[in-house]
Amino acid sequence: MSGREPHTALAAAIAQNRRNKRVTRAWLLAPALTIILAISILPLGITVVYSFLTPGTYGGVTWEFSTDSYVQFLFQRDIFDDTLVFNSAYVSIFLRSIGLALGATIGALILGFPTAYFIASKPREQRNIWLFLITLPFWTNLLIRTYAMLLIIRDEGIINIMLMKAGIISSPLTILYTDTAVFIGLIYSFLPFMVLPIYASLEKLDFSLVEAGYDLYANRLKVLFHVIVPLAKPGIVAGSILVFIPALGAYITPELLGGGKKLMIGNMIAMQFGASRNWPFGSAAALILMALVVVVLLLNALAARRGASNNG
Amino acid sequence: MTGTEIARDRKAAVSARALSKTFGQGDYAVTALDSVELDILENEFFTLLGPSGCGKTTLLRLIAGFELPTNGSISLQGQDITDKPPHRRPINTVFQNYALFPHMTVAENIGFGLRMLGSPADQIRQTTERMLALVQLEAMAGRRTDQLSGGQQQRVALARALAPAPKVLLLDEPLAALDLKLRKNMQLELKSLQAETGITFVFVTHDQEEALTMSDRIAVMKSGQILQIGTPRDIYDRPTHRFVADFIGDINILEGTVQHTDGDLATVRLKDGTSVSAHLATTSARSGNASVAIRPENVRLAGAGETPTLTGVLENVVYFGAATNLHLRLGTGEEIVIRNPGAVDEGRYQTGATIGAVMQPDLTRVLE
Repeated sequence: MSGREPHTALAAAIAQNRRNKRVTRAWLLAPALTIILAISILPLGITVVYSFLTPGTYGGVTWEFSTDSYVQFLFQRDIFDDTLVFNSAYVSIFLRSIGLALGATIGALILGFPTAYFIASKPREQRNIWLFLITLPFWTNLLIRTYAMLLIIRDEGIINIMLMKAGIISSPLTILYTDTAVFIGLIYSFLPFMVLPIYASLEKLDFSLVEAGYDLYANRLKVLFHVIVPLAKPGIVAGSILVFIPALGAYITPELLGGGKKLMIGNMIAMQFGASRNWPFGSAAALILMALVVVVLLLNALAARRGASNNG
Repeated sequence: MTGTEIARDRKAAVSARALSKTFGQGDYAVTALDSVELDILENEFFTLLGPSGCGKTTLLRLIAGFELPTNGSISLQGQDITDKPPHRRPINTVFQNYALFPHMTVAENIGFGLRMLGSPADQIRQTTERMLALVQLEAMAGRRTDQLSGGQQQRVALARALAPAPKVLLLDEPLAALDLKLRKNMQLELKSLQAETGITFVFVTHDQEEALTMSDRIAVMKSGQILQIGTPRDIYDRPTHRFVADFIGDINILEGTVQHTDGDLATVRLKDGTSVSAHLATTSARSGNASVAIRPENVRLAGAGETPTLTGVLENVVYFGAATNLHLRLGTGEEIVIRNPGAVDEGRYQTGATIGAVMQPDLTRVLE
């Protein structure tokens, strides 16, 4: 045993060294961990806690545990006998939001893919100018841009004036404060999120693959759907997620362009923290929305893994 | 010449007439191809050979339809295809980087052409299997292309291009990315594949050895023009241009003046006053300045008592197994290399010694 004594000293030194390293690592990680904790975990925690509390009379919460907020999402409590009756109001708002967000995603894809392809097919030195133009709207606040869109599509807006001057229509088209307006606004707001990832995949596309497609008897349309689109799929998926998620929770666009008549999830949640003074229900609705987004992301991850294992 | 004689008794698969291609406009215009006349025959292994930038790839891309000519026309088996898009030409390409579709399996890659042509599923499956067998990749049918080695990818590219049974197969330096040993194997495989399928192969390379081993005929290109078309022997033994002679194999070139000509035999006076006789590379009688060319293996060391054509000082002896190269510096300052089969007597052939060399007149040529 005595022969091992020097080793014990060495082992102690190594252990000390390891401890020191661990301390250093903890300090180095601290800023990042603090930020994640402060801006992500903490607010989320508060939201979760609030969703299980009882609403205060003038907003805020009273510290009494309750699952009412989640029950309220699907059911209405009968005022007289306290039985639960299915209430589709909130579910339909969710479904409407999902529908509008999906529509906006598809619309953005239809507009965004050709745009991205156009930029990717330009000479390298010109591409940055086009990309700059695509990102230019981000220099202005979304609220301002949405107001601008309001001016364009309202009854006395540019679109209606031009169509009427051209004699195509005799009375203005009512676009503003309809689902169409929300749809147009969502596409306009989030189009760059579709263009940029698709551009990133198309830019990497080896053009000789397109030539190989033509060489092997595929016409333009077949090359597009058998070669270009499959190869741009990662960009299309990323772009669709980047458009769908913010569109699902959009607040300003439906508020301004939809006239607040028909709610989307974002407006409904905002309302709970404002006029309705039901913070727990607002928190619960926000968490349900988040769960929905997580489900979408999980499905995507699952599909991606299945695709990879199929090919492997 | 032999090349054109063949052209007369066999049908042309691909013909190019006054074919020109200019890239860019105005002051920036670059002529990649300059009035090319070419007949590639049915069932021929035809090689376009030249240094990079000589226009060989442009010519291939014009035949494939990826580029449209600035001038001139291309026809396939007598039919004008100049304005047809690539997907309407029964011509397939093996790309330099293979260009295999990364989102498809090996089998899907091979079946792609037939699928686009709308062939029945049954036929696609059968042809794909046949092609997989042809390139010995049956076991790889379900693999993704990025899981294959370079040589296997090369084979898939070949099978994919052959599957729709094209009239002409274009190969754009397909062996450039392979290592030497694999390249040698693929050269032989390609050659036998061409014989097996009977499809016209148009092969682009900058590797003169590859061109010589594989081709039925070679077109040597430089600066957008075809300098010489002929069989490998024509090109090697009877080059018409100094560039062709220089580009293919090793050659000694000596400057001189034509003294007189007799038929296609000329007497050329070299700069140091020696006269040599040589064949005229072109039938046009020549006078004035000329280049005399001879392959190192056609120059031999003068034997005892023999009158040497040239004498020079031995500067270098390089032994490489099968042969020895002796570098001679002539009185004119020019260098000539003698390739002596096997080793030489080291005692006799030491650097600094004055050596006599004999040039075989029938293998000495006067070039343009």
